[in-house]
Parts: sequence; structure tokens; C-alpha cells
Amino acid sequence: MNTAHTRPLDHAMHPADGSAPVIEITKLRKSFGKQEVLKNVSLKLMNGENLVVLGKSGSGKSVLIKCIVGLLHSDEGTINVFEQNVNSLDRKELGELRQKIGFLFQSGALYDSMTVKQNLEFPLRRIKKDLSEKEIEEKINVVLENVGLADALNKMPSQLSGGMRKRISLARTIVVDPMIMLYDEPTTGLDPITSDEISMLINEVQKKYKTSSVIITHDIKCVRNTADRIIMLADGEVYLEGTLKDFENSTDPFIKSFFH
Amino acid sequence: MKQFHPVTKVKGFATKQSVRLSEKTMAKTAIANNFLTDLADVLLFITQFVRETFSRNSEVKEFFRQCFQIGYKSLPLVSITGTIMGLVLTIQSRPVLIKFGAVTMLPGMVAVSLIREMGPVITALICAGKIGSGMGAELGSMKVTEQIDAMEVSSTNPMKFLVVTRVWAAIIMVPILILYADAFGILGSWAGANIKGDVSFVLFFSQAFGSVRFMDLLPAVTKSFFFGAVIGFVGCYKGYNAGRGTESVGIAANSAVVLASLLVIIVDMIAVQITDMLI
Repeated sequence: MNTAHTRPLDHAMHPADGSAPVIEITKLRKSFGKQEVLKNVSLKLMNGENLVVLGKSGSGKSVLIKCIVGLLHSDEGTINVFEQNVNSLDRKELGELRQKIGFLFQSGALYDSMTVKQNLEFPLRRIKKDLSEKEIEEKINVVLENVGLADALNKMPSQLSGGMRKRISLARTIVVDPMIMLYDEPTTGLDPITSDEISMLINEVQKKYKTSSVIITHDIKCVRNTADRIIMLADGEVYLEGTLKDFENSTDPFIKSFFH
Repeated sequence: MKQFHPVTKVKGFATKQSVRLSEKTMAKTAIANNFLTDLADVLLFITQFVRETFSRNSEVKEFFRQCFQIGYKSLPLVSITGTIMGLVLTIQSRPVLIKFGAVTMLPGMVAVSLIREMGPVITALICAGKIGSGMGAELGSMKVTEQIDAMEVSSTNPMKFLVVTRVWAAIIMVPILILYADAFGILGSWAGANIKGDVSFVLFFSQAFGSVRFMDLLPAVTKSFFFGAVIGFVGCYKGYNAGRGTESVGIAANSAVVLASLLVIIVDMIAVQITDMLI
């Protein structure tokens, strides 16, 4: 791999509407033992944009979004979400912040022992405590229709296909009306048609729920379908930041190996 | 001709020995470090458990669901085990008691040994197998499939929802299961006594319970709460701290059973010593 890192593009650093970034990461470092996974990563997610974090397996993409949501603690650097430093929040404050963040796990992470309905009810009853039974039911029906699985209400996760699991997982995430969506490899392990459907769903969620999203992927088709802006990670560092056009026109061999 | 250099030889030997010693020391230090890290992990887990037990917003519904899972769903297994325990004990003891002319003491002897020792220990070991492995495998698989992380990002405290409810359900349900097994054991004993003899149900039970004192029951019940705690803690700890691969689910379930069974026997030994000192 080419080790000479390309400089981030200036115009890509300040996209969107000029308002404060919803996520701002500065000089993030994270190691597991002697293995340094993230080295000096800085990025911004602006309001209403889809930011794709692209990179090879093991480049620290998933670690990055787990640090954003506080599932992992960074060693150095700051992570500000809605101008709150994630690392300095106590458990209660972190819980409140997490209510504004939706996280779609790579495996879907549906609760095996619960039906689809119970899976959707679970976060709803804990986060939106003031909702009545009727409102909960209505909300569940709406999100299931939005992901195109209205008839899966009483099914168990084991009865669903990979694509259906991802959709239900997405429904579980959006049912609580998050302001930020974090997608951890949303199309991995899916066939091309289902992958496209999931990519379309990501765009629909962004429009319908007015979310800002970080999408972790190494699927170029998903990148093309969803990205407003792209950050390429390599060896735990930001290798290149820019728009889809910047990446497609890049002459860097490493970038070309991804896009061509 | 080859020259002999004693100083060089001694130096070489000393270097080899010191390298070997330092390697041994490093290996022993690593073992000690691992042990201390594990111990710290266990203490942290227990501290978190205690803190979450007394924190606000308890998960009452999940606790009752776990009581149902642990208690009700173990009833068939415990019934069969208890019955067989009583039956076998009676069949084995009867010839010896006949030899000493003490066959009338059979119901009392079986009742006391079942209530004081056999019932609690064997039922706890059965529970360690069923409940401990179930907890280890369930939580381990939840860890592997990121369900615990999903719970965490849904603003739910997984320690409270998954661990506190399960451990308390085990603490409450295991003693109940043990008493239930004791009852079936005495029933099995009556059946065993009737295979080669003829004892009425009322006579057998009045003799059995006539021999049991309050001080036979109290230590047995007390230690069964500790058995429940051990089974719950070990099952949850192993599952909650499982590794990331699918293999670790099996390891978690297996080590939960092994460690819980071992701890049940150790707790029993301590309980017997304490009871012996007090009574």
C-alpha cells in the first residue's frame, strides 16, 4: 500500500450548511494492548449529511463508531456529540445522549429470545416512557411499513433472512427517532439486490427522519448509493477525505484499488 | 588442538542459566498477572452487581421471567432427580438396616440425609448443569452477536437487565427447587420402601418428618441460598465475559458448569464445618 498519505481536501472539511457539527472527533487514539487501531483520527459529521467511513477490514472503522457511542473508551483525543464530550459523561448522561443516537450493528443484534414486535418495543418502552400502548403499537406498525416488513410482527429473529434481520434491526433503531444514525457495515453478507435495498433504506431514513449518518463500509456500491462525503481510513489514520467525485478521480493506487 | 577456556565456559553456562531463570520468572509473573487480573474482574463484577441491585428502576418483570425460566422449567428435571435420589438411597440402605435390626429407622434416616446433605448438594449440582450452563451460553451468545452492546446503546443497563435479574432469580429459586427435590426424594423413598415391604404412606411420612428437627432444615436452607448465588454468579460472569468468537460460547457454558459445580462442593464443605461448630 502507498504509505504517503494524501492530504484531506479543504472543501470537503466544511460541507453542508455551516452549522456546528453534530459529531466532532479530534486526534482520536485507541489501542488494544500493543496494537494501535486508531492513530490520530479527526473528523466531523455535519447536520443532515451521510458520511461514509471507508477502509479495509481491520482499519479501525468499527472501533471508531463504537468509540462515538461510548461502547469503547478512547485512549486519547476528544469525541464531541452534540457538543458533549462522550468520554467525560457519566453513565446517566451517556444514556441520555445515546437516546439521540441509533446504532445498526453489523450482525443486526436482534434479541433472539424476543419476537420482532418485542424487539421493537424494547428500546421504545425504555426511551419513550410517556407513550401509551396504542401509540407504541402505531409507531411499531409505521416503522415496520417503512422498512417493508409489516407482516413480520410476530416472527422470531430465527425465522428471518439476513436482509430481513437488517431491516428489522434498522426499524428497531429508527423507532425511537434518533438524530444520528451509525451504520456498522450495513450491507455486509447480503446479496447485491438486498444490499441496494438497504442502501436505499439508509437514504430514505435520512430524508424521512432527518438524521445525520455515519456509514461504515467497504462496499463501494453502498458508498456510491449513500455518500455525501467520504473518509478513507488506512492503518488507523485518515488517508483521504472528500466527495465521491474526489475519490473516483483520485490517481492514488490505494484509492483506485477500491474504486476501480 | 582445541584449547579449553574455563572462564568462557563458565560465562556461557551462567548466561544460559540466567536466561532460563528470567524466562521462568517472566512466565510465572505472567501467570500471577493473569490470576490477579481475573480476580480483579470478579471483584469488579460483584461490585457492579451489588451497586446495580440497589440502584433505582429495577427490572421486576424480567426478574419474574427469569424466576419462571429457572424455577418452573427446572421442575421436571428436579422431580425426577429427587425421586431417584430417595429411591436409590432407600434401596441401598434397607439391607444394612435390616442387618442391624433398625429397619424402622429407614424413613427418618432417609429424610435427614436427604434434607441435610443429599438433596441440597445433588439438586445444586443439577442446577449448576442446567441453569449455570444456560446462563453462560445465553449471555455468551448475546455477547458474541452484539446483543449486549445493542442493549447498552438502547439506554438499557445490561448488567441490571441481564445479570442482576438472573442472579437474584437463582438465589430465590434454587432453595425452592431444593425443598421441592427433598419432597420428591421422600416420596421416592416411600416408593422404594414399598418395593420389598409394605409401609403405609401416612406412617412413612410421620416417621420421616418426626425425625427431622428444625436445626436439620435451617443450615440446609441457608446453604442453598449460597448455592443459588454461586450458580447465578458463575453462569452470568462466564457468559457476560465471554470472548468474541462462537467458540467462546461453548467455553463459557462449559466453564460455568465446571466452576459452579466445584464452588457448590466447596461452599457445602464450608457450610458443613460451620454447622458442625454451631450445633
